[in-house]
Amino acid sequence: METMTAREELLELISHARGDEKHDASSFSTLDAIQVLYEVMNVDPASPGWQDRDRFLLSKGHGPLAYYAVLAHNGFFDGDELARFMSWNGILGAHPDRLQVPGVEASTGSLGHGLPMAVGVAYALRARRRETQRVFVLTGDAELNEGSNWEAIIHAGSARLSNLTLIVVDNRSSNVDLGEIAAKLRAFAWDAVPVDGRDHDALRAGYTRRADGPTAVVAVV
Amino acid sequence: MTMREESMAAVVDVFERDDDVALVMADISLDYLRPAVEHDPRRAINVGIMEQSAVGVAAGFALEGYHPIVHTLAPFLAERPLEQIKVDFGYQGLGGLFISAGASYDYGESGGTHHAGGDVQALGSIPRIEVLVPGSPAEAGQLVRSTYANGRPTYLRTSTVENDEAVELAPGGLTVVRRGTELTVIAAGPFLSRTLAALDGIDATVLYATTLVPLDPETLAREAAPAHEVVLVEPVYEGTTAGQVAAALAHRPTRLLSIGVPRRFLKRYGTAEQHDAELGLDAGAIRERIRAFLG
Repeated sequence: METMTAREELLELISHARGDEKHDASSFSTLDAIQVLYEVMNVDPASPGWQDRDRFLLSKGHGPLAYYAVLAHNGFFDGDELARFMSWNGILGAHPDRLQVPGVEASTGSLGHGLPMAVGVAYALRARRRETQRVFVLTGDAELNEGSNWEAIIHAGSARLSNLTLIVVDNRSSNVDLGEIAAKLRAFAWDAVPVDGRDHDALRAGYTRRADGPTAVVAVV
Repeated sequence: MTMREESMAAVVDVFERDDDVALVMADISLDYLRPAVEHDPRRAINVGIMEQSAVGVAAGFALEGYHPIVHTLAPFLAERPLEQIKVDFGYQGLGGLFISAGASYDYGESGGTHHAGGDVQALGSIPRIEVLVPGSPAEAGQLVRSTYANGRPTYLRTSTVENDEAVELAPGGLTVVRRGTELTVIAAGPFLSRTLAALDGIDATVLYATTLVPLDPETLAREAAPAHEVVLVEPVYEGTTAGQVAAALAHRPTRLLSIGVPRRFLKRYGTAEQHDAELGLDAGAIRERIRAFLG
């Protein structure tokens, strides 16, 4: 039998989960972005709290199945856990809980919380003289309706937080016309590029770009 | 020094002593806090006028093992970013100290936007939170030092209104001031002095509450006078702490008079003292209500 590709394994893991029809679209829209991110980030599944790791905060806590599948695929927890998604005896809720799920950095679900927290994590790593470690945070395009994100965007650009990278998965779900998101981020001094959110090489190139301020990858899917 | 100045001085002190303290400002009290910024600007951050992000940034510091301290005016610290304190700190199991200035109608000329009678009730809905209402500058400074690293979301409410003198506080934040038989009075924060004045000639047990959430139920149950009458006097919306008093005294019959800030928007512009008189919260008015209650 042929060995499954990483993608096939992720889809297999996701297929074990049932019941989150509401968030299906948001799960699959982030799959490529998160899969490639965990190929780029410096993490140790055997030691989720390893001090030298890069950090990832899924701000868009909705539709976390892709996130859970990537974490399981990378060995943070057993893939069988996906079968207990959103169930009484499971640890995987419809929105991730950092106190229950190995590898989850932040408990999210309320939109617009992850990016301000990621700014704080970036500051904290800088204060500890660990600015070579990176902080990634993922929002959805509709999540950018929340004003708290723009507070953090204005601040991080002004503060030149070069260890911070924002990933916006843009599946055109915002009912407010946001125009070109990357251009808006550039207006606030971010180094922002739009990429094809299904193109792994483009995502990888986006994630590994560095600048003298915060960077952003707008993954259009 | 005022309560606000003393608490800010204590913040600078713990910041300089403990490298694990992070300070997040929102464009308020910058002069008081400048020494911290000069000491280590990497962990003393003025985010600007963005209170939701101030709390979020503080939570980011807490995720990395820091003890964050956030400071701004009460409405913009307790009410505007309420959900950030609930989720980023409460739900995530993190600790942080939130210090407000401008309690209830301290800024009595500023109108309802700058009044905060509901801060303690709003924040008190968050599991694990501790809410501190000191009544003197010395108590405010002491509470900063004793709670900044307690691992829980903690709200410290400073006020321009102060008691005549500082009290040596009991560990649970409910301190026996005197013992009597006729009734039990719980006086919170800066309302202690006026309550004592109101009780002149009345044989009451007086408990001074500086921790309103959680109100120490063991001390209240143990120290309450045998008489059924209990009076709560608090510098926040009327009834804010009444449920905790009732729960602590559920084992016995209790008749409760709850005195606090009336739940309405204040439309007059004046000092806190003027509002006290208007709202029936000066010593004379409190005394009249207690005497009527006792019958």
